[in-house]
Amino acid sequence: MHPARKQRLYFVLFIVIFSTVAIGLMAYALRANLSLFYGPAQVVSGQVPFDTRIRAGGCVVPGTVARDPDSLQVGFLITDGVANLQVYYTGILPDLFGEGEAAVVNGMVREDDGAFYASEVLAKHDEQYMPPEVAEAMKAYDGGEKSCEDMNYGT
Amino acid sequence: MVPEVGHFALILALFFSFALVVLPLLGASSGNRLLMLSGRSLSYGLFVMVSISFACLVYAFVTDDFSVAYAASHSNSLLPIYYKVSAVWGGHEGSLLLWVMMLAGWTLAIAIFSGSLPLPVQARVLAVMGFISIGFLLFMLLTSNPFDRVLPIPPADGSDLNPLLQDIGLILHPPILYMGYVGFSATFAFAIAALLTGKLDSAWARWCRPWANTAWLFLTLGIALGSWWAYYELGWGGWWFWDPVENASFLPWLVGTALIHSLAVSEKRGLFKSWTILLAIFTFSLSLLGTFLVRSGVLTSVHAFANDPDRGVFILGFLLVVVGGSLALFALRAPVVKNAPSFKWTSRETLLLSNNVLLMIIMITVLLGTLYPLIADALNWGKISVGPPYFNLFFIPLMGIICVLMVLGPVSNWKRTDPKRFVRVLAKPWALSLVVGLLFPIFYAEGYSWLAALSVFIGGWVIIGSLGDMWSKMRSNKSLRQGYRQLGLSYKGMIVAHIGIGVTAIGVCLNSLYSDLRDVRMEVGQVVQIEDWGFRLEDVYRVEGPNYIADEALVTVKHKDRFYREMKPQKRRYLSGGNIMTEVALDPGLFRDLYVAMGEPVSENAWAMRVHFKPFVRWIWGGAVLMAIGAGMAVADRRYRRRKSAPKKAAV
Repeated sequence: MHPARKQRLYFVLFIVIFSTVAIGLMAYALRANLSLFYGPAQVVSGQVPFDTRIRAGGCVVPGTVARDPDSLQVGFLITDGVANLQVYYTGILPDLFGEGEAAVVNGMVREDDGAFYASEVLAKHDEQYMPPEVAEAMKAYDGGEKSCEDMNYGT
Repeated sequence: MVPEVGHFALILALFFSFALVVLPLLGASSGNRLLMLSGRSLSYGLFVMVSISFACLVYAFVTDDFSVAYAASHSNSLLPIYYKVSAVWGGHEGSLLLWVMMLAGWTLAIAIFSGSLPLPVQARVLAVMGFISIGFLLFMLLTSNPFDRVLPIPPADGSDLNPLLQDIGLILHPPILYMGYVGFSATFAFAIAALLTGKLDSAWARWCRPWANTAWLFLTLGIALGSWWAYYELGWGGWWFWDPVENASFLPWLVGTALIHSLAVSEKRGLFKSWTILLAIFTFSLSLLGTFLVRSGVLTSVHAFANDPDRGVFILGFLLVVVGGSLALFALRAPVVKNAPSFKWTSRETLLLSNNVLLMIIMITVLLGTLYPLIADALNWGKISVGPPYFNLFFIPLMGIICVLMVLGPVSNWKRTDPKRFVRVLAKPWALSLVVGLLFPIFYAEGYSWLAALSVFIGGWVIIGSLGDMWSKMRSNKSLRQGYRQLGLSYKGMIVAHIGIGVTAIGVCLNSLYSDLRDVRMEVGQVVQIEDWGFRLEDVYRVEGPNYIADEALVTVKHKDRFYREMKPQKRRYLSGGNIMTEVALDPGLFRDLYVAMGEPVSENAWAMRVHFKPFVRWIWGGAVLMAIGAGMAVADRRYRRRKSAPKKAAV
């Protein structure tokens, strides 16, 4: 083969192999670090894999936020208007976290008690705003999208 | 009355930009000098109109004209004057106006500083800038007019600027970031003009380089400012979250970095021309994508504002026109490579190419991680989010390789480098950084960390190796001072910017490895000990600010049992809107920050507190400042101005 062609062939081969490996790696890494979003009703009805990193979200039910006075553990219920999900979290809650407000939690559901153990709690960013995934989770049920509004008292 | 003037000026600006597209392009295709020259005057007109419009909006904010809907929802009569001004770009509409203002500014700058360009090229560049203005002005006028009124009954007071945004960081971050985003419209315009003219020579690359460097300078600073702001203002203690919004600004930075390197090859060797054009198109497209993703409400973040389907459709359409149009033009007109000048594996071309390839791979992984959730959502695969480990997995090793290669680039020669040259120049820096890297963890902390050794080694390699190259170039002269003088400013700028990368890399790695982050329950009188530092919560009491009330904690800090300082973090509650905000107490230092923030009360006399020890965190932004300085030095190089000043002298 002509040396110039040979070089080009190597070059093309290199690109093909390299990009295949790269794409494969990327897809693998992406799969490993994805977390799916579920609404409280889906979690409570058991459609969720246990001990797998997922995301959930809903409105924090007023009056359910309970702090352990001796540690940083806090528990609260989130709801989508259909079911309530118990969430436990150890750490400092974000400023915008509040009763009757939307929140998104990252973590996993434990098999023994079916509660959600959050490693991260995210709250909405202003009064009018609701995270799109929470809004959608609630729209799935009749009147569900109003469930945060109904709970707006206390502030 | 004033808002109507602003609105009217905006409409006039739209007409100016239409004229700016049509007249110079007609002139360029028919060879009419007068029409081509009109581009310059039209740029002045566009800039004046947009400035008037911007001034009107600022006026509405400063005078508390809450009949303007946008002012009513983003300002408040209690705000200090400087926040009233910065509130102008605190929301979607105003930030778009700021964008257009910057665009008009860059267009004006091109009109002023491109006297040395051949007239047809200049006319086409300005026309492309005009085209981008049309898109943004139409977007504003049709979907997000900042001058909309609330009539007949305007609200008595505004609903206030989000307290997170009442900060020096917000005054500076968006304008500087936008300068960067918009700056890449200049290289984009140059690229399109080159495709239209079909002339792509090294002169073209030389015109482009100062513009690309300037844009890169601002983008770098803008990203660093955003990271710094997030660090002290959000109260989480992190400086980078791989949040989609951060990624949106990081993507154009990655491609922009590739672009300024590939421009070098295009200028000096006339190679990679089509690739450079493609990079210019990508960089600007990603800038557009960044602006729109962030401001459109597609993404969940502090930056996002209301959702509006009309806006989404317009944005998608505009992106499609810009990206699709320019790529189609590229396919039709891209220069055909006839006989490629050859270069060897050890050449500078190869090294710059690998820089480009690596940066593009990083860009693609980040883009994929950012857009995948949006795509999955659109295709109904479920609501998905991608975690930071995904990004780190690719970014860190690839960036490490880039850092290792980065030092070889300046040492190498065009076409081919004798491998002995690498050894001769870099053997000592290599050895020195290896020793520093291996020794660092021993002296810095208990417990040897191989990762710390590796990161100090790589960061040190970038810094020491770059200096070593400079040293070897100086030494080849008679005296060192003369050698220093003989090095071009753009070379020195490159060295400074590379050192900046090394500094940031060390900062990022050591901060991630050695940070001590404690979220603890603290009672009054309790002490939290982090290494030599003791934090004692003395008291929590109530204080009142101009537009908020706050719980303030008094924390005394001891260093090795000696009193060091007091720190006073606050938990603020803003009176209008009732927003809660954490005000962090910081003790900044060159080698470490102390960081104390309040959580919430846990019981009667106990609070949740964040007590963090953050080593080398300032290096992260310090490195970015060095990069920006380096870019500035490169722009200031006389080389780019010689051609222009020469004929001027002749005229005198």
